[in-house]
Amino acid sequence: MDGQMTGAKMVVQALKDQGVDVVFGYPGGAVLPIYDEIHQQNDIHHVLVRHEQGAVHAAEGYARSTGKPGVAIVTSGPGATNAVTGLTDALMDSIPIIVISGQAPTFMIGTDAFQEADTVGITRPCTKHNWLIKDTDRLANTLHEAFHVAMSGRPGPVLVDIPKDVQFATGGYVQRTDMKTHYAPPTLGDAASIEQLVTAIETSERPVLYTGGGVINSGPEASRLLREFVAETNMPITSTLMGLGAYPASGERWLGMLGMHGLYEANMAMHGSDLMICLGARFDDRITGRVDAFSPGSTKAHIDIDPSSINKVIRADIPIVGDIAMVLAEVLRVWRERGSKTADHSAWLDQIAKWKAKNCLRYTDSKTTIKPQYALQRLEALTKDRDRYITTEVGQHQMWAAQFLGFEEPNRWMTSGGLGTMGYGFPASVGVQMAHPDSLVINVAGEASWLMNMQEMGTAVQYRLPVKQFILNNERLGMVRQWQELLHNSRYSQSWSEALPDFVKLAEAFGAKGILCKDPADLDDAIMEMLDYDGPVIFDCLVEKHENCFPMIPSGKPHNEMLIGEVATEQAIEAGGAVLV
Amino acid sequence: MAQLKIEQGSTSHSAYNLRPSFSDVEERHTLAVLVENEPGVLARVIGLFSGRGYNIESLTVAEIDHTGHRSRITIVTTGTPQVIAQIKAQLGRIVPVHEVHDLTEEGRSVERELALFKVRGQGDKRVEALRLADIFRASVVDTTLESFVFEITGTPEKIDAFADLMRPLGLVEVARTGVAALSRGAA
Ligand SMILES: Cc1cc2nc3c(=O)[nH]c(=O)nc-3n(C[C@H](O)[C@H](O)[C@H](O)COP(=O)(O)OP(=O)(O)OC[C@H]3O[C@@H](n4cnc5c(N)ncnc54)[C@H](O)[C@@H]3O)c2cc1C
Ligand SMILES: Cc1ncc(C[n+]2csc(CCOP(=O)(O)OP(=O)(O)O)c2C)c(N)n1
Repeated sequence: MDGQMTGAKMVVQALKDQGVDVVFGYPGGAVLPIYDEIHQQNDIHHVLVRHEQGAVHAAEGYARSTGKPGVAIVTSGPGATNAVTGLTDALMDSIPIIVISGQAPTFMIGTDAFQEADTVGITRPCTKHNWLIKDTDRLANTLHEAFHVAMSGRPGPVLVDIPKDVQFATGGYVQRTDMKTHYAPPTLGDAASIEQLVTAIETSERPVLYTGGGVINSGPEASRLLREFVAETNMPITSTLMGLGAYPASGERWLGMLGMHGLYEANMAMHGSDLMICLGARFDDRITGRVDAFSPGSTKAHIDIDPSSINKVIRADIPIVGDIAMVLAEVLRVWRERGSKTADHSAWLDQIAKWKAKNCLRYTDSKTTIKPQYALQRLEALTKDRDRYITTEVGQHQMWAAQFLGFEEPNRWMTSGGLGTMGYGFPASVGVQMAHPDSLVINVAGEASWLMNMQEMGTAVQYRLPVKQFILNNERLGMVRQWQELLHNSRYSQSWSEALPDFVKLAEAFGAKGILCKDPADLDDAIMEMLDYDGPVIFDCLVEKHENCFPMIPSGKPHNEMLIGEVATEQAIEAGGAVLV
Repeated sequence: MAQLKIEQGSTSHSAYNLRPSFSDVEERHTLAVLVENEPGVLARVIGLFSGRGYNIESLTVAEIDHTGHRSRITIVTTGTPQVIAQIKAQLGRIVPVHEVHDLTEEGRSVERELALFKVRGQGDKRVEALRLADIFRASVVDTTLESFVFEITGTPEKIDAFADLMRPLGLVEVARTGVAALSRGAA
């Protein structure tokens, strides 16, 4: 449909042309023309959230679980400022989303007009790019460009701010295929560096693959090639929190997650390796610990689509700027063409087996209290064969979920890694369920995080989204409490969850189902009841209140100084480390 | 295979066996950034520097191609080689940035800055100011009986030197444009 139309209609038309089927949003004065257009069509399904933060996290969940961009619509002023946390979250985790915000009419901008906020100013540092549209003729091209920017190179959030008069005015629509942009980040790795990498793999005796969210960003082909690559080179592989599922948890060479709460064998392998190949990960401080003691003996190859990720924290010996799938395809091609073989890894694999045998995730189980680890082990056992998607909130439960749940495929695990946003998981589960109506969607939550966006129960009930809210209720801000125990001599300042609601009654008040479980003996039946119920469920799982999450590399410590299990933790963290978070 | 000597809790193979890490020598670089001339682009560049804690010694911006909507931002910055590389990579990520050139790295370049100096004084000091201005090829663009305004063009170092000399002679106000720079040669 070419030609002249109003700005509001262009928004809907552009969304359709981009293949958008679901948007998450909340109306208000400055977006009424857009909402009027949404009302008059049936191709795009609008989900009315209960808070704009929820809309953005839902769009993130939708995007991460589908590989498609997520879309949210918010009004000007408070609508836009409520979107800031979600935008920052998406920027940190490289999630492609498009937020469309209303704005005061162009002729009133700068006058402190009703619900005016400098939205492009406020969101400039928390978007990949943003636009304020002052001319309806430029709107359609900009909307298409917004999708292009969000999805290409390193993905990320974008925002298009549309003043109300621009929505009312008519202008010329531009087809998606006629979109003009100069933005075209490089995707193909440098050939000489790829040769160099293959040579390094041929000679390495202690290689390790350190994969991250970039493999998921790159798409299913990247995960497929990664599996081929591991099969061909027999390399042990670990992943960051963001990359779980790219390589299957049941895979032979899987070491588990690495990092601050990662597995002993994964961190020790990183520390002891002679060749580390980083694929789409960004050497976050949760991974490196003490930078100058990070994997001291290894040659480091770093493959990343964003040149600014390379050499930001750790110096790369073999830097390759490119898309994971494209670079892996090239590496495999060269590898096969050269008839390459890996050196003998057997001593290395034996060493890793010894580290594994330490069983670093062991914990003391109880007959009377549900241990959070046990709850997740049972959840895993009862759901792993289903078509399952997991989201999480932020805290200890998030780490335990990463440790105890296994992911066989990419795009099945949605968590807030970089920003660590409490309140992410519930709305994200709403977004995931919208994208996968027939799948099992579970949000593994802590009670404190969950309360931050609990209003989305209304959304779940309204749209009949059978999301399962699996709350590991320790009546504590558990992760904070753990740090206070380790760093502040157990002075538990403000880390209680007081005056908690009765979650079963709360569920019922919203018209959903609530389940309470506190006895380990009842747990399996209770989980089955949750799974069998065709509708949203709040599962209040009362767990051990003082459990600590191990293993743990204290901030500022190298990988081989990891705390495991219920070790004596006193003085484990020194003053220097205490300033780090 | 080399024997592994890494034990849990041992640090002898970590912190004390360090690879050569990034150099910590500070360097001064002049960057030329060609950008789409659109609202907010300067805010993006400046926001990047302040948000990530990079230094700006000087920054100039002006449209250089009206029909092509291009502006050129010239930034003089200091940092370790790693930080300079980060700055360039981060600038390159900004969507309306077309090109980032490190004039300091790409070969020889010319740098010029224009400055205006107001010098107040009488008698010997006034004569001396005029004499020094002549040596520096600064021109007088405004005169009263007790003041001069000099205009001077040159490298930032030359302008600094002129300022040092004018200070005891009654320097009261300075306006500087910041650096404009181009690479030398035909390319
Ligand atoms: C309480 C808490 C504890 C945490 N503990 C841990 C922990 O123990 N272990 C852990 O791993 N994390 C942990 N995290 C998460 C951590 O903070 C970081 O979010 C995470 O480590 C970053 O993952 P990543 O390196 O894979 O990078 P991401 O943030 O996923 O970034 C992806 C990288 O890939 C690149 N990329 C994107 N697309 C492509 C493409 N197509 N091709 C190539 N490259 C691409 C990007 O440029 C970027 O550099 C924790 C978070 C919280 C909240
Ligand atoms: C919005 C926000 N505020 C504060 C924090 C700091 N923080 C990190 S974990 C945590 C406690 C989370 O408690 P809960 O959700 O109950 O999970 P638990 O750690 O007990 O599993 C807090 C307060 C955060 N990550 N996000």
